[in-house]
Amino acid sequence: MRPVLPILIPLMTAVAALLAWRWRGVQRGVSLLGAVALLVAALILLASVWRDGIQVVQIGSWPAPFGITVVVDLFSAIMVALAGLMGLAVAVYSLGSMDTAREEFGYYPLLHILLMGVCGAFLTGDLFNLYVWFEVMLMASFVLLVLGGERAQIEGAIKYVTLNLMSSALLLAAVGILYGLVGTLNMADLAQKLRSAHHPGLVTTLSMLFLVAFGIKAAVFPLFFWLPASYHTPPVAVSAIFAGLLTKVGVYALIRVFTLLFRHDVGYTHTLILILAGLTMITGVLGAVAQNEFRRILSFHIVSQIGYMIMGLGLFTPLALTGSVFYITHHIIVKTNLFLISGVVNRLCGTYELKNLGGLYQAHPGLAVLFMIPALSLAGLPPLSGFWAKLTLVQAGLETEQYVIVLVALAVGVLTLLSMLKIWTEAFWKPSTRNSQPSVNRRQLVHVFFPIIVLALLTVVIGLVVQPFFVLAERAADQLINPEAYIRAVLGGTS
Amino acid sequence: MSLILRTATRFLLPLLLLFSLFLLLRGHNSPGGGFVGGLVAAAAFALYALAFDVATARQLLRIDPRRLIAAGLLVALGSGMAAWLARKPFMTGQWSSITLPGVGLVPLGTPLLFDLGVYLVVAGVMLTIILSLAEE
Repeated sequence: MRPVLPILIPLMTAVAALLAWRWRGVQRGVSLLGAVALLVAALILLASVWRDGIQVVQIGSWPAPFGITVVVDLFSAIMVALAGLMGLAVAVYSLGSMDTAREEFGYYPLLHILLMGVCGAFLTGDLFNLYVWFEVMLMASFVLLVLGGERAQIEGAIKYVTLNLMSSALLLAAVGILYGLVGTLNMADLAQKLRSAHHPGLVTTLSMLFLVAFGIKAAVFPLFFWLPASYHTPPVAVSAIFAGLLTKVGVYALIRVFTLLFRHDVGYTHTLILILAGLTMITGVLGAVAQNEFRRILSFHIVSQIGYMIMGLGLFTPLALTGSVFYITHHIIVKTNLFLISGVVNRLCGTYELKNLGGLYQAHPGLAVLFMIPALSLAGLPPLSGFWAKLTLVQAGLETEQYVIVLVALAVGVLTLLSMLKIWTEAFWKPSTRNSQPSVNRRQLVHVFFPIIVLALLTVVIGLVVQPFFVLAERAADQLINPEAYIRAVLGGTS
Repeated sequence: MSLILRTATRFLLPLLLLFSLFLLLRGHNSPGGGFVGGLVAAAAFALYALAFDVATARQLLRIDPRRLIAAGLLVALGSGMAAWLARKPFMTGQWSSITLPGVGLVPLGTPLLFDLGVYLVVAGVMLTIILSLAEE
């Protein structure tokens, strides 16, 4: 029962919040409670997977290749735990930052439905079911994106919805063709049957369809442009959960599919992924350099960071995949935090435009320190979490003698630092140009600062006590690169 | 609205609701089920809203359609979790039967409960959409 709890808890929370539609206070309480429960369930799940190995639930007692299977290996468990953590951080942050109108129009039920979709995508062991969870997640994200109905939101949403629907259609087509080819959609079963497939060329073609479909969702070059066009439009809490989790579901799906299913022609598929990774890094960071709005800069950095995660997949060695898993962990925490901080900055100064910001270091030195931690971590400065993540990937690149991608990764790191310094000098360092200070509600600030401080501390802790996190990522990567245990856990001795 | 439509609606509404229940129960082994049943139930109230007005339809429905969604999700969720009581994986069908006088042995299972949940969710969602749009 443990593996399905991260799906059921958000659903129950959403139902409870829906029942309390008219009572905003109750909804807030329920949302907080549900987020705590989700995190606890996710951590227990992670611990039990660490202790007892891969866990499997055959939904409805239908045996493996026929029914829907929920599978939790370490990678899934880590992702679910991160989803729980971000869910809680954003749920707390929302209490202090979401406006009454949005709360009354179902913000909390939607937030938890979104979390359900994300957790479902991480946990499922069935390709069609994965598509369904993507849809659940997208449905909730569409509404969250336009909730409030501001002009900029609608404009961003049109691009977001169009591109994501296209990718869903591609994904569905790919799933259909794969089913026609192999006759199963259970991922473990697929992994086995694809090994002896008679049409390697067709399988490679199919893998490219999946690469495009998941690539759009993960915002990989050249299909990333929907992301910076939409992520800066909704309220910060929504931006933060999108930035932290949604593209990472795409990355998760890419890693899952290209470690479990499509590994028959690594020389072609994974080299292509590696090239895309490099281009994603470069375009993302160059886009960021050209921007002058806080959240737009951060959005472009999501794109460039996705490149690093895909880079590990492209190199396809145990160390590289360890780097990828570690990088995702680090990135989700750091990126969500940066978005949350941008919200505080907006609250204090009333704008996201860098040219209108300033003087924050003098007025709020604490906030400046809190910004510095995730910002420098994102750029990969020691001793923060980002340094170890980049170091692992660079090491893996050197090991396989892929010097070009290593150079790109290092150069992009420097450019990231530059663009973080741009935010620093513009928003925090340069003298203030404003006269009036908007009034700030102290009680709300507690809700807003609590998650930021916790996430910043976590970034420092991961940086200083790397070993346990690294070992966790290493074991997760080991399960990814040797999928026999995964297949055995799902199919048992039946095959 | 026309008198004919109003008079007809008075007779059609209970018929449609009965039909929707019939579809729900029939769905277990034959075409039908919670989804169509819910659609027909929603159509009944939508017809009423057309013939009279939205406020009257809401009054007739008595509960907020959003509550229907929540209740349906809860019922469906409960039907899945019932399997845990028997220490089976989530969603495993649980069966028992009762003897009704005049009918005989009637098997009852959690799949029907799940379908009932679907029925409520579909009816709730459709009515939320239709009634909100009609109010604009």
